[in-house]
Amino acid sequence: MAIADVAIIGAGAVGCAMARRFALEGAKVLVLERGADLLSGASKANSAILHTGFDAPTGSLEHACVQAGYAEYMAIRDGLNLPVLETGAMVVAWSAAEQAALDGVEAQALANGVEDVRRLSAAEIRAREPHLGHGAREALLVPREHVIDPWSPFLAYLLQAKALGAEILFGGDVASARFEGEQWALQTPRGRRRARVVINCAGLYGDLVDRRLLGASAFEIRPRKGQFVVFDKAAASLLRTIVLPVPTERTKGVVLCRTAFGNVLVGPTAEEQQDRDGAATDEAAPRALIARAVEMLPALEGMPVTATYAGLRPATEEKGYRIAATPDRNWITVGGIRSTGMTAALGIARHVYGLYEGMGRSHAPAAAPEIEPMPNLAEHRPRDWSEAGHGGVVCHCELVTRREIERALTGPLPAGDFGGLRRRTRCAMGRCQGFHCLARLAALTEGRFSAPLATPPEAA
Amino acid sequence: MSAPVIDVEVEALVVGAGPAGLGLATRLKASGVASVLVVDREAGAGGNPRHCGHPPFGLREFGRVLTGPAYARRLAERAVRAGVAFRLATNVVEIAREGAAIVVTTTGDDGVRRIAARRLALATGVRETPRAARLVSGERPLGVLTTGALQAFVYLHGVAPFRRPLVVGTELVALSSLLTCRKIGAAPVAMVEEQAGPQCWPPFMALPRLLGVPLRYGAKVVDIVGGPRVRRATLAHADGASSEVACDGVLFTGRFTPEASLARAAGLTMDPERGRPVLDAFGRTSDPRIFAASVLDRSVETAGWCWSRGRAIADHVAADLAGRLPPP
Ligand SMILES: Cc1cc2nc3c(=O)[nH]c(=O)nc-3n(C[C@H](O)[C@H](O)[C@H](O)COP(=O)(O)OP(=O)(O)OC[C@H]3O[C@@H](n4cnc5c(N)ncnc54)[C@H](O)[C@@H]3O)c2cc1C
Ligand SMILES: Cc1cc2nc3c(=O)[nH]c(=O)nc-3n(C[C@H](O)[C@H](O)[C@H](O)COP(=O)(O)OP(=O)(O)OC[C@H]3O[C@@H](n4cnc5c(N)ncnc54)[C@H](O)[C@@H]3O)c2cc1C
Repeated sequence: MAIADVAIIGAGAVGCAMARRFALEGAKVLVLERGADLLSGASKANSAILHTGFDAPTGSLEHACVQAGYAEYMAIRDGLNLPVLETGAMVVAWSAAEQAALDGVEAQALANGVEDVRRLSAAEIRAREPHLGHGAREALLVPREHVIDPWSPFLAYLLQAKALGAEILFGGDVASARFEGEQWALQTPRGRRRARVVINCAGLYGDLVDRRLLGASAFEIRPRKGQFVVFDKAAASLLRTIVLPVPTERTKGVVLCRTAFGNVLVGPTAEEQQDRDGAATDEAAPRALIARAVEMLPALEGMPVTATYAGLRPATEEKGYRIAATPDRNWITVGGIRSTGMTAALGIARHVYGLYEGMGRSHAPAAAPEIEPMPNLAEHRPRDWSEAGHGGVVCHCELVTRREIERALTGPLPAGDFGGLRRRTRCAMGRCQGFHCLARLAALTEGRFSAPLATPPEAA
Repeated sequence: MSAPVIDVEVEALVVGAGPAGLGLATRLKASGVASVLVVDREAGAGGNPRHCGHPPFGLREFGRVLTGPAYARRLAERAVRAGVAFRLATNVVEIAREGAAIVVTTTGDDGVRRIAARRLALATGVRETPRAARLVSGERPLGVLTTGALQAFVYLHGVAPFRRPLVVGTELVALSSLLTCRKIGAAPVAMVEEQAGPQCWPPFMALPRLLGVPLRYGAKVVDIVGGPRVRRATLAHADGASSEVACDGVLFTGRFTPEASLARAAGLTMDPERGRPVLDAFGRTSDPRIFAASVLDRSVETAGWCWSRGRAIADHVAADLAGRLPPP
């Protein structure tokens, strides 16, 4: 098998953007992902806010990558048919102390080059968001913070890479590797692969991959869980703007916002844990989140809950990104992309390509590939059900059509497991959580997944 | 989507072809309403009983015990004979009010349509509260579902979602799930109920005993572990102890909730306690041209009850169309 120029370990948000960037630059790309589908790790659950970087540490790498990532997303999204729900955000002060802190938030936004921020008085807040609780004293409006579909972009990036010849290996857990001076030999359950340079984008496993394959890691992953509650679509009419808290040292705090899919979301929590895989929800956290959401938006009282979910941030002992090249080993580590990676991914990929060039490597850029426009899942734009010939609706709550399901199960990167199908179509993610469609989905996906929805008869 | 023109106008439009909607539509037609159209997103009429391959259905309507599908077929045939028109495999996606008419947007394989009606009756049924809305903790492995989904697996597709499930709840529907499990050779590892006693007529609880399914009251699921499939669940007991149950699925039964999303999205005044529109004595919602026939005031009703409730509402709709209903 031909030697790849780069092997990217991990098809999370960062790995997918990396694959796209390197493929566009003309490199021969190999992606090794241990999951059955992309976005199987930290990237499967987040708040889906496209950040401006207004509150990032000024002058940090994170700040630069968030802003570059934001700009590139906005530049390419039309061509790929990716949505932006233009909400804007308000950092809302609910107490005198928070109000006093708004000056600092504004100063940082200006220092970060986000110059279109402005203050809103309590009356202006009410005019913009009539349903918001009356305790809102003052706010900083950040007009360009928006909401996106957190999954489709990364599928689009990987499809672009694939169209440019990248090899993408799911079930490709890199268990061991040997550096042979000029190239790496990487061992996976699906066989051995060779690459000149390895880029570790293993997210929650970034430190372990460095330690196991490179011999040492400069950081330690400390998974930090974030739980969320999703309210029924009926709530979407109650809120336009993302409501952010005045940030504290530790976290961005609890956010209340619409989703691109027409729901309202509250979360995340911030809870340290040891386990790198299990993002379990518990009963107490969702209850507390619901109570907080009702405080902020009293009309949410009694609103049905559609779902709860949890994600794990690949946090480390430090706040910043942990990106470093080890040129003598042909290795680049992209770790600790904690809480802004969905936005920053495209910017991180550009930065890393720069490090790669710094290692004396370069290629002749490829022409941008033609890929089919991404299926639209966002509620504010026409969905598939509005065009005839869709074969009927399969998931009634999210109005997912048979045509959408079939498309997600075929093509260059078909869904590899049920989670992947849900992220590609939103099936079974609505209020009934599969009461109506789960059995139909089991039939439509028969023989497709290594973990099928129906248990095989021999298990009886 | 280019806003399609209205392609049909009817006197009465019924959303939902379950027992309530069919009872309502058939009776409306019988009382002389000129055009009655029923829209349902399923490919066949009959509603939830279509998925219930078990008796008892039909005592009230047909004076004999039928399985769900046989019962559904009979109700649908009656409606067709009465002259009710159907659009199946068609989802209602929006309800709007335009002048005197109610305009409903639908989608099916043939695309987006709009139907105008003088009166609209919502008979969209009920569903069980899924795990997420119950805020049950844990991971999200395969094998966690509701009875409605289980029945569709078994009776519509002939496949099994699990082999050794933990059954949560003791409403009537939980007992029907034990029979459904038998059909696929699945052996529930236990049946658990958060309350201190059963949520159905106590003598029915002989069924789990007969089937050898251990029963535990005062036990609540507090954690689900697994990946890709369920491996175990943790129970918290009333006495403060906790225990683990090995299983490959968790079946959440009952806690029915109205399928009221259309009503909510249409801006009808909702009863937050019951999760359905506020209704007057005639089944009218806060928009008096819109009636609701599937309701849920206690736990789930039998199909027969829903059917007669549909018929009762039909009389009010007919009276209203004839100008004989008092103003709201
Ligand atoms: C609660 C929460 C809220 C967030 N909100 C936002 C937000 O609003 N906006 C925003 O921009 N960002 C947000 N983020 C951040 C964003 O989700 C993360 O920064 C991003 O997902 C990190 O992506 P990653 O690719 O680094 O990691 P991952 O997604 O974990 O990707 C790593 C991949 O590597 C694979 N892997 C691991 N080890 C191996 C191996 N040995 N061999 C092969 N494959 C391997 C894993 O399976 C995984 O798929 C949020 C995050 C969380 C948790
Ligand atoms: C697992 C289970 C077992 C049961 N067992 C029994 C039993 O043994 N005996 C008994 O008497 N009762 C039983 N029941 C109860 C019985 O099925 C229900 O009470 C009855 O079906 C309710 O009738 P309905 O017409 O109100 O709603 P449903 O039967 O639910 O019908 C509602 C219809 O509306 C349609 N619909 C909803 N929204 C839309 C939309 N937006 N667009 C188009 N169509 C829409 C649905 O597709 C559905 O066909 C059982 C219920 C369940 C869930």
